[in-house]
Amino acid sequence: MRYSGLQVIKEGLFGQKGWKPVWRDPDPKPEYEAIIIGGGGHGLSTAYYLAKEHGLTNIAVLEKGYIGGGNVGRNTTIVRANYFLPGNSEFYSHSLKLWEGMEQDLNYNVMHSQRGLINLFHSDGQRDAFARRGNAMINQGDDAILLDRDGVREHLPYLDFDTSRFPIYGGLYHPRGGTARHDAVAWGYARGADQRGVDIIQNCEVTGIDIEGGVVKGVQTTRGAIKAKKVGIVVAGRSGQVAAMAGMRLPIESHVLQAFVTEGLKPIIDHVVSFGMGHFYISQSDKGGLVFGGDIDFYSSYASRGNLPMKEHVMEAAMTLMPMIGKARVLRSWGGIMDMTPDGSPIIDKTPTKGLFIDCGWCYGGFKAVPGSGFSFAHLMATGDYHAPAAKFRLDRFATGVGLMDEEGTGSQHNLH
Amino acid sequence: MRIECPNCGERDRREFTYQGDALALRRPAVDAGEQAWDDYLHNRDNPAGETKDLWFHEAGCGAWLVVERNTVTHTVQGAVLAEKVKR
Repeated sequence: MRYSGLQVIKEGLFGQKGWKPVWRDPDPKPEYEAIIIGGGGHGLSTAYYLAKEHGLTNIAVLEKGYIGGGNVGRNTTIVRANYFLPGNSEFYSHSLKLWEGMEQDLNYNVMHSQRGLINLFHSDGQRDAFARRGNAMINQGDDAILLDRDGVREHLPYLDFDTSRFPIYGGLYHPRGGTARHDAVAWGYARGADQRGVDIIQNCEVTGIDIEGGVVKGVQTTRGAIKAKKVGIVVAGRSGQVAAMAGMRLPIESHVLQAFVTEGLKPIIDHVVSFGMGHFYISQSDKGGLVFGGDIDFYSSYASRGNLPMKEHVMEAAMTLMPMIGKARVLRSWGGIMDMTPDGSPIIDKTPTKGLFIDCGWCYGGFKAVPGSGFSFAHLMATGDYHAPAAKFRLDRFATGVGLMDEEGTGSQHNLH
Repeated sequence: MRIECPNCGERDRREFTYQGDALALRRPAVDAGEQAWDDYLHNRDNPAGETKDLWFHEAGCGAWLVVERNTVTHTVQGAVLAEKVKR
């Protein structure tokens, strides 16, 4: 069914009885051309672009839980292209362009809202760094505006500009940045892939990867063995476990990142605001909840929930930046499992096993990369060639030291990102 | 999360700084080769379950500890001084 305004009116007149499930629930076939392990945002978009761009439709997405139950449903929904380093810059620029055409392409409302993102700065040195970043963004063809203090005040009058520790000097404004409805992105890609013949198989955990003579032959799952000539691993925080099935150790540590949402409030925060010095960022969902988060807890974890010290730190940062937030009540908090690489940048690459590919290491920035990652990974899996915008996401950059992309400038070491 | 420091007793997690997997104590020889150094610096088992990692008791006695911990439940089983761990 094609969604349209007319369809909504028609269904409204006839008791909403015509809506159907948006993807099938097939049993796994004994063999596919390609298998994607992991039905998160990245896995679903990979399947979608494999089908749409490369005509590969005899493929399956294997998801151990349910669609939308992993990090794609646990993030803070921010979409942006404000990266600085070559490698990251062209990739996120490409990804943002895909976001801008996504709803028409998928015929699905993902509530992509380019409300603008403002990164605050608090010193002359930081202003210089953000001016440089803004220039890099403009050179990449994206948008950036350096705001002074009054410029920020025009957009965000409710901030405390004169906090003694981090007085606000200005901000880097990225008007095309914004948010999207995270679940809808997963559902939209799942529907689009399904419509093109992709089998989306839920409750199907991969328990082994079959390799013979250095060539991948298929996978073992909780729903039986499935053969395939090509297998893509797209499992975010679980990358270490799945890669181990193929005898690999990855440059990845899994960490927990917490996020929070308040009760629904009337519209108050019109942008995405990022307060880097306090490791704090916030936006308001269309339902009214203030959605915010901080830094990772900084110890390896698979718990999908964090501890109290980071919660306290995030609340302190929130109160420092916008004292009015003290009147809001936190509704809930949760954690997601982040696949952290030493340099903080991702990996989209082949593996030493022929036919086995891996897409991982998205750290705490995977949501905005959903379309770009799927597009570039599908290109690699289908053609065997690196897709230009993601060509620098090499797995061997840690071993060789060539091409590290340390966006934060803190060093390429596990405990620094 | 609370960690039992062998010197100071049970303390709040906030007193400690996490360094990473305790494999950091098993530094390869200088001439061990690129693979050994890549494994030491970058590649990780990254276990979902029992793990041993290095924590620094920064706001306490200043000792380095090897903490036995579960990454799925956040249970801390115990900690020993890193200097007493066989390398």
